[in-house]
Amino acid sequence: MTALTIPARPEEDDASLRPVPWRQLAWVTWRQHRFALGGVAMLFGGLALYLWLSGSSMHHAYATAIACHPASSYACQNQVINFDSAYGSTVQAIATLLLAVPMLIGAFVGAPVLARELETGTFRYAWTLGVGRRRWTVAKLVPLAVTVAVAGGLFSLLFSWYYEPLFADGNSIPLDPALFGLRGVAYAAWTLAGFAIGALVGLLIRRVVPAVAVTLAACFGLTFATGVYLRQHYLAPLLGRNLASPPAGAWVLSGWWTKGGATVSRAVMNQVETSLFQRVMTATVPKNVKSDNIKFYKGPANSQVMNYLLHHGYAQWTSYQPGSRFWPFQWIEGGWLLALSVLLIAATVWLVGRRAV
Amino acid sequence: MTALTMPAAPEADASLRPVPWRRMAGIIWRQHRVALTGVAVLLGVVAVLIWIAGTSMHHSYAIAVACQPPGSPACQEADLAFLGSYGFLANGIMLQVLPVLIGAFVGAPLLAREIETGTFRYAWTQGFGRWRWALAKLVSLALAVTGPAWLFSLLLSWYYQPYFFSGNQSLGLTEYTPFFPGLFDLHGVAFAAWTLTAFAIGALAGMLIRRVVPAIAATLAVYAGLAFAVGGLLRGHYLTPLLTTSPNVPGSAWILGQWWTKGGVTLSHATMDHVFNSTMPTVAPTGPAVNGPAGKDQAFSSMLQYLSQHGYTQWTRYQPGSRFWPFQWIESGWLLALSVLLIATTIWLVRRRAA
Amino acid sequence: MEASGLGKRYGSTWALRECTLAIPAGHVTALVGPNGAGKSTLLNLAVGLAAPSTGEVTVLGGRLPGSPAALDGIAFVAQDTPLYKTLSVADMLHLTRNLTRRFDQAHAQARLAELDIPLQRKAGKLSGGQQAQVALTLALARRPRLLVLDEPVAMLDPIARHDFMATVLAAASADGVSVLLSSHVLTELERVASYLVLLARGRVRLAGEVGDLLGRYGQANLEELALHYLRDNPTGVAP
Repeated sequence: MTALTIPARPEEDDASLRPVPWRQLAWVTWRQHRFALGGVAMLFGGLALYLWLSGSSMHHAYATAIACHPASSYACQNQVINFDSAYGSTVQAIATLLLAVPMLIGAFVGAPVLARELETGTFRYAWTLGVGRRRWTVAKLVPLAVTVAVAGGLFSLLFSWYYEPLFADGNSIPLDPALFGLRGVAYAAWTLAGFAIGALVGLLIRRVVPAVAVTLAACFGLTFATGVYLRQHYLAPLLGRNLASPPAGAWVLSGWWTKGGATVSRAVMNQVETSLFQRVMTATVPKNVKSDNIKFYKGPANSQVMNYLLHHGYAQWTSYQPGSRFWPFQWIEGGWLLALSVLLIAATVWLVGRRAV
Repeated sequence: MTALTMPAAPEADASLRPVPWRRMAGIIWRQHRVALTGVAVLLGVVAVLIWIAGTSMHHSYAIAVACQPPGSPACQEADLAFLGSYGFLANGIMLQVLPVLIGAFVGAPLLAREIETGTFRYAWTQGFGRWRWALAKLVSLALAVTGPAWLFSLLLSWYYQPYFFSGNQSLGLTEYTPFFPGLFDLHGVAFAAWTLTAFAIGALAGMLIRRVVPAIAATLAVYAGLAFAVGGLLRGHYLTPLLTTSPNVPGSAWILGQWWTKGGVTLSHATMDHVFNSTMPTVAPTGPAVNGPAGKDQAFSSMLQYLSQHGYTQWTRYQPGSRFWPFQWIESGWLLALSVLLIATTIWLVRRRAA
Repeated sequence: MEASGLGKRYGSTWALRECTLAIPAGHVTALVGPNGAGKSTLLNLAVGLAAPSTGEVTVLGGRLPGSPAALDGIAFVAQDTPLYKTLSVADMLHLTRNLTRRFDQAHAQARLAELDIPLQRKAGKLSGGQQAQVALTLALARRPRLLVLDEPVAMLDPIARHDFMATVLAAASADGVSVLLSSHVLTELERVASYLVLLARGRVRLAGEVGDLLGRYGQANLEELALHYLRDNPTGVAP
């Protein structure tokens, strides 16, 4: 066994040692997480391939449907209806599933970053190297966060293209809760937020599998709460009075009747409407009409009831968000998600500095 | 330094009974209590939410159905209120994730964690024997997840009941049939069967991949692929679909395809569009009435009459609603067989694996 | 390393209490004591993985553990030598080089070649002895002033143990690296240690140069000294 002599060390001057450059830290992050990043790439790649293939055929079918002449004929309108029913439900299902992707990325990319180091004990190695633990954490979290956010953003561009035909024919509204989070900047923001939640949860729980599960639950809860409760309040809703039908593309939140300025309860309105309807039907339906055909008279009767109410001091109010607010809402949602992500990542870095073992 | 003397080994090695299965149950519980508790909490919380949503939705359904006269503004409002309540649950897609989450998070770490951390070197050399240990774990945990899943699906069946009443179509209340892909496997026994399958996939993935987090991810991916393939392609063909030429297909049926023939020859969509276009002016009344919804219905039924009088036949291939339960049993049956196969493969791999 | 009144508490249990030490540089210091005596806690405090509950500790002449200067000058090999099991040895070298300011790649590669450790094999697939040698190589390649080892030889066979300690000694003598290592296997430390700290139940019982202590207590070697001291003075404090 030879004794290895170590060459004499030069005198070091502590002040002249610069911190470890970020470039080197970036390599470390890539090398340690290339498996997870590869998984994200494969996931987005596979979904993108699917969207591109089925989207191409869908766009083609739509182009055929609207190229039909004359546009107002029954057959041509039927084509559009057929298109909707053929593709509508599949696309809705795909959209719902795509909402899960930011949560999956947060859980499977974000949570293990710190949880794995803590669970396997390798933090005892990494945190005693010259780089220092806070810098090391920043060098891991920031590049990964930016990468997944950019991937999400690019993917949502593809999705917007994919979904175009169903917006164009009025099948869906821009603010549709099932679709809002998939377009514009929201998808990138949700992916980023999912990652940030995962990172912090991973640090707090210190074990990978529970961290993955808790991250999924937290992301789901946040997505759900935002879609169902929070988003409609970003800007004060508009009130529409006596709208024959909601404005095109509007997201209707609620509706109620007033008479002379006071809100009329649902029960009272029901009574009023029912009695009016009966009177109109009695007056307009011929006596010898077949029972099968009675339904054809209901539509016009309804319109007459509406007209009557509006002329007798009743007003119908609708609270809605117009479709034109799509981009303002996107910026608002993207903004607070970005702020939340920055806050969570900052908290993670700060807690790493404070964590003692 | 004292010398330690070993007591003489007993003669009767052959008479040593194997460690009783009962003891394994306690060990399995201790090892997996976090995962099992997590599953219980998840199902519990979701069950409470479903209960709350369900009572409210059933209430609005009852109002909508009892409303007279049908078609009046008040009743239309009641219908809309029912259709709008908890719409995000209506297509069932959100609840589809439950079986795979349960299966992945309980099944995948089962073997993968032991192998990843090296503790299998302890567990597999205990007196219990490695494949019996694996079998005990797999079977008992499979039961532990399938049982609650089945109970949960009873709750889901109760929740979705209003959507499937046969009178709904005439009231214009809903378009969902029990066969709807997002809803079929939330019902009956299919939910429990899919949970078991997810668990079995997870266990095998854990054994093959040998690292926990990739095994969970792989389980999610494989399950998603399988679920899509079954829902989209396979399920429609469990029994040969029925053919009918009647224009009145029952509302509860699952329509697989529709097409027109004339004189025995199938006509393409383009041809039929042309036919529609050319017959419409002669059949339907012209004028503003045509463009209203009532006018459209009238026009449509007149058109169908005209076409059938002229030799056109509309064929519908469908699965009748009455086949719901046979399909449930068929699907659950082959899923059960698949799960047994996967679990058997996993145990076989455990026996073969060189430590 | 200098500590005064150092204490560390986990929950309501004191893992280390009233620890006052002044370990001079240039020694190979053995930190010994029974299991649960607080050795790992003291080492974690010295390298900045834990923060003291009371008192203070400084290293390398007045620097705070965990500060950049201290991190640079100290190389730590934790218990069970945590390496990234899925990375190859070459990747571990590359990773360490990228995370430190000072790394002698050539020296590390030469040493690993001498030990016949394949660079492309995953760290998790090496034997226990090889993993320990890789960890030590990485630590020494950082050219630290202080090398801290937490129970480094507990899992090694006698030959691996011998090689490991020989390397440590060579580093200490040839390069002036101070070494602080903990162990409960006293016989190895015999040959290498020149300073001894004896811990029991979270308190320092003995601390001093080995020659002095052996003379003062009239024992022939470290093992007898430790056993004697622990047995006869179960709760006494070092005079």
